[in-house]
Amino acid sequence: MDAKLTRAQVEDFVFAEADLLDQWKLEEWRTTMLTEDVEYLVPSNDCLEGDHRKVLFTIADNAERIRQRVIRIMDPNCHAEYPQSRTRRLISNVRLLEQNETEVVVTANFICCRYRRFERIRQYTGQYRWKLRNTPEGIRIRERKVLLDAHELGSLGSVSFIL
Amino acid sequence: MTYIIDDKEKKVFLLNREVHVSEQVLTEEVDKIFSKCWIYVGHDSEIPSKGDYVTRKVAGRPVIFTRDSKGEIRVHFNTCRHRGALVVTTPRGNARNFMCVYHGWTYRTTGELHGVPGDDAYTESFKKCEYGLKSPARVESYRGLVFMNLDANAPTLLDYLGPKTIDYLDLIFEQSPSGKMEVIGGTQEYDVAANWKLMVENSVDDYHLPTTHSTWLNYMKNSGVTVEAPKEEGLVLPTKGYAFDLGNGHFTTDNVNFRGRPVAKWIPIYGEAAKPEIEAIRAELVQRLGAERSARVADTNRNLVIFPNLVINDGSAVTIRTFYADGPERMQVTAWAIGPVEESETARAVRLDAFLTFYGPGGFATPDDVEALELVQQGMKNWREDRWSEMSRGYGKPEEEQQLNSDEHHLRIFWRHWNKMMTEGE
Repeated sequence: MDAKLTRAQVEDFVFAEADLLDQWKLEEWRTTMLTEDVEYLVPSNDCLEGDHRKVLFTIADNAERIRQRVIRIMDPNCHAEYPQSRTRRLISNVRLLEQNETEVVVTANFICCRYRRFERIRQYTGQYRWKLRNTPEGIRIRERKVLLDAHELGSLGSVSFIL
Repeated sequence: MTYIIDDKEKKVFLLNREVHVSEQVLTEEVDKIFSKCWIYVGHDSEIPSKGDYVTRKVAGRPVIFTRDSKGEIRVHFNTCRHRGALVVTTPRGNARNFMCVYHGWTYRTTGELHGVPGDDAYTESFKKCEYGLKSPARVESYRGLVFMNLDANAPTLLDYLGPKTIDYLDLIFEQSPSGKMEVIGGTQEYDVAANWKLMVENSVDDYHLPTTHSTWLNYMKNSGVTVEAPKEEGLVLPTKGYAFDLGNGHFTTDNVNFRGRPVAKWIPIYGEAAKPEIEAIRAELVQRLGAERSARVADTNRNLVIFPNLVINDGSAVTIRTFYADGPERMQVTAWAIGPVEESETARAVRLDAFLTFYGPGGFATPDDVEALELVQQGMKNWREDRWSEMSRGYGKPEEEQQLNSDEHHLRIFWRHWNKMMTEGE
């Protein structure tokens, strides 16, 4: 296969991911888009470039923790997400940075609007930073890092859905 | 206003829900509680070197928490003596002086006023030595935990904490071979749309665990952690736990651990690779503290409340959490992780990972606590029609029987103390 991914291919992939997440098709997202050694990372807002083994993050999941997280947030007893938030994410400024034979680092700006019943909009803005692996089965996510612009979570409250 | 009904005959305890919605109550809390009690500022490990500082709000007041040029820990109000602007605008750093950007007044890290641009325009009656940054009346610390008190006549911090609270703090800090714990980088700051006192209740209320946190319990079970059904009548939790009155409005839960502890209690979630080191940590504990005390440190959890708004949860990891009102129906929460200063990189990684299994805005439990508190606040819109919250659980037990962590004994301790402070002198 062609080693290099194009921006169009990457955009198709990350837009498809956003769609699955916004539709709460989390099991499909987990089983079709992630590598077995995937990491999903949301650093603390005051420590965006930190290492999750050395500083406290908001979320630092490996594949098994993601599997458990999906079980949890799809359960009606996950009170923070029942009824589930409605989210809508807009992704732009997609850039392919380092790329070698198998992996590419991709960044993109995002706005994720979250609505819950009786609540005001919560608007999460920031940068997605993926490490994508080009496999024979297609593109897979090796690392998914979410860098929030807000200096503290503050009125954004919890990150109880897949951001 | 009657805040509580504490019927010792009928063993009924009721709380007036107006305390969670009233602006007037919050105004009185600022004067009668937050201006009288020792309030947590920060830990000295956050500012290890001379000139280090962090800025934050403590009980709503912007402060500079700094180690001055002589090495002394100080708390300054972050307000320029000239015209009142915030002086330091960055969250943390190291400085020789603090400069107000408005007119350029500069202060030493000790708080002394150092420079006033164009000071020849003042008369002799303007004395720089009278214009140092203001500070809280008292600043004292225990085990690096720094508190401030706005009341010059307050008891000492050690008297305020009292021997029972100090013993529980010691249990937490004895996780470290040197007795020193440090704040780990990465701060969790999030709002909860609920009255600040609901977080006090929630932090120690173990009655809610099976329902609020059923998905977390599932996660534990799915991960090979043994979560047994309660074995005794009256229990709602897998293991037995108690609630203790520590005096002065402080209280704690104290329960047998089942959920894993980075200090010396391995669970499968940590991974096989982590096992030998966790065993080595326990061996060091036993060697240093003896069998009994080391078992207390390693095998029991505690959620400790230091009145009014400091919580130290020593469970899946150790978190320091403080919170303050942003109006009666909202609070701002700040939480840190702490760990032993001599912890290895691998043990620290296990600690941080364990932290996130439960705690924090992305954890497997805290978001549901936040949800529960916000549901309470929303439900309380009906406070005029449905005024009283029920808090009598365990009240009817004989005096000699120890109250459980799933009873509401410790919630009553909080509310009795709160009520006393709010009504004293009336």
